[in-house]
Amino acid sequence: MNIGINIGYLVAAALFIFGLKGLSHPRTAVRGNLLGASGMLLAIVLTLLDRGIISFEWIIVGIVVGAAIGVFLAIKVQMTQMPQLVALFNGFGGGASTLVAGAALIKAVLLTSTPSTQLTVSTAASGLIGAVTFWGSLIAFGKLQGIISSKPARIPAHQLLNGLLLLVSLGLGALIVIEPGATWIYWILVAVASALGVFMVLPIGGADMPVVISLLNSFSGLAAAATGFVLMNNVLIISGSLVGASGLILTNIMCKAMNRSLGNVLFGGVGGTVAEADDIYAGKVKSTSPDEVAMLLEGARRVVIVPGYGMAVAQAQYAVRDLTNLLESRGTEVEFGIHPVAGRMPGHMNVLLAEANIPYDKLKTMEEINPTFEQTDMAIVIGANDVVNPSAREADSGPLAGMPILEVDKARTVVVIKRSLSPGFAGVPNPLFAADSTLMLFGDGKQMVTDIITALKET
Amino acid sequence: MMDPFVAALTIFVLAVFVGFEVITKVPPTLHTPLMSGSNAISGITLVGALLAAGAQETTLSTILGVIAVVFATVNVVGGFLVTHRMLKMFRRKD
Repeated sequence: MNIGINIGYLVAAALFIFGLKGLSHPRTAVRGNLLGASGMLLAIVLTLLDRGIISFEWIIVGIVVGAAIGVFLAIKVQMTQMPQLVALFNGFGGGASTLVAGAALIKAVLLTSTPSTQLTVSTAASGLIGAVTFWGSLIAFGKLQGIISSKPARIPAHQLLNGLLLLVSLGLGALIVIEPGATWIYWILVAVASALGVFMVLPIGGADMPVVISLLNSFSGLAAAATGFVLMNNVLIISGSLVGASGLILTNIMCKAMNRSLGNVLFGGVGGTVAEADDIYAGKVKSTSPDEVAMLLEGARRVVIVPGYGMAVAQAQYAVRDLTNLLESRGTEVEFGIHPVAGRMPGHMNVLLAEANIPYDKLKTMEEINPTFEQTDMAIVIGANDVVNPSAREADSGPLAGMPILEVDKARTVVVIKRSLSPGFAGVPNPLFAADSTLMLFGDGKQMVTDIITALKET
Repeated sequence: MMDPFVAALTIFVLAVFVGFEVITKVPPTLHTPLMSGSNAISGITLVGALLAAGAQETTLSTILGVIAVVFATVNVVGGFLVTHRMLKMFRRKD
């Protein structure tokens, strides 16, 4: 193989690493992403120089169609829809890896009747991981976009079913290694792995999506790496493993932030224990009005806003920005406390608030913000529930037990903007709503924040 | 001389370590762009797709290759572009 092309691939891989390194700070991140993109361009141009390519017509058609779809989606998407777009892109990457490995197997069988064990093992791996990624991501996309119900689907004995599908896939993989000449086995493997992808994600509910998307992100990288082993191509192996590692790190962070294991998210199923909401709320919940909140904000020196998925649903981020600016112009310090699993993907809230022009140095992590709640005059919770539920501190509180939370209940006053007292995803009532220092502001997030702004301006 | 498979495996394992080192330094505020950006990088499978689509081995492998080119290009172009769009929104206090 020509040394020049391979050295060029190495440069591309180095650019990917520099690109990811650039993402370690918002200041250098734009440049990092451009470095990554130029690495990709280099890899593509070098590949097109390969003497193995004899026809370009279909390649051009494929690239034009793919680029048009990609540009359209990337420009059209709203920031609130980012989780489903990333899920969709993940799926396409995984699907492409599966198809490439399949084509490579066909070619290998054509050239030599007995392809190497290395090729067949990695082809089977690519087919399995890629198909799970493709279909799993499409289901995740459907749930996030609202095409499929985002509630966890009840599939009878889904652990058993998924275990069985995985076993059959592995068996078919072994069969490919033993009988590589029969390429049709590969497509049966892909079909079974597709079913596995569908049934793996269907039983998972909306609030667990950050874990699922991170995991599928990791899988799309591993599928690319496996395809790299099929083609013996180092740039695929390196890039794939970088992405695989990245997704695994995020998966781990998300699981820790919910105090659950990956196995529990994938196979556990949620809900079940519904505590007695009436005992907790009866007679203790205090409802408030935008005017009263505005009055309390008058004297506040420090305010912390805690956003959740509900803020995204209500599209309240712009109103929140206006409130922040107004409070700051009156000398009140405003910061944001962001739980790692707030929203539907890692960092979802940060992107929404950045879009609304809120500076990133105001967005604090759970570790940074928690020690400051005791010096906070008012915490405003908007569209978040489980991540501020103090019962997570108690060991016997069911699904939330041990989950690290934003300790808003330590602030002098807590205002919770919410439509009703309905429980969050975990199905556990929230004692915060009945706490002495809590005021409930019932209503639509955007409307309520706008009303608070109006009331503040009138005073 | 090292066996090519062992060499490839060595590269894989070392790259995983590099990935862990680099990515643990990414702050939570950039986790969404990290996902979409790393996702675009996993579209590197486009390299394999181009080879499959252009080699003209069999009709089936060409068809598979072309579909893979479309999928991977959506992934690459869309991924880098949307990441760029997001990252440009992050700004400091002025």
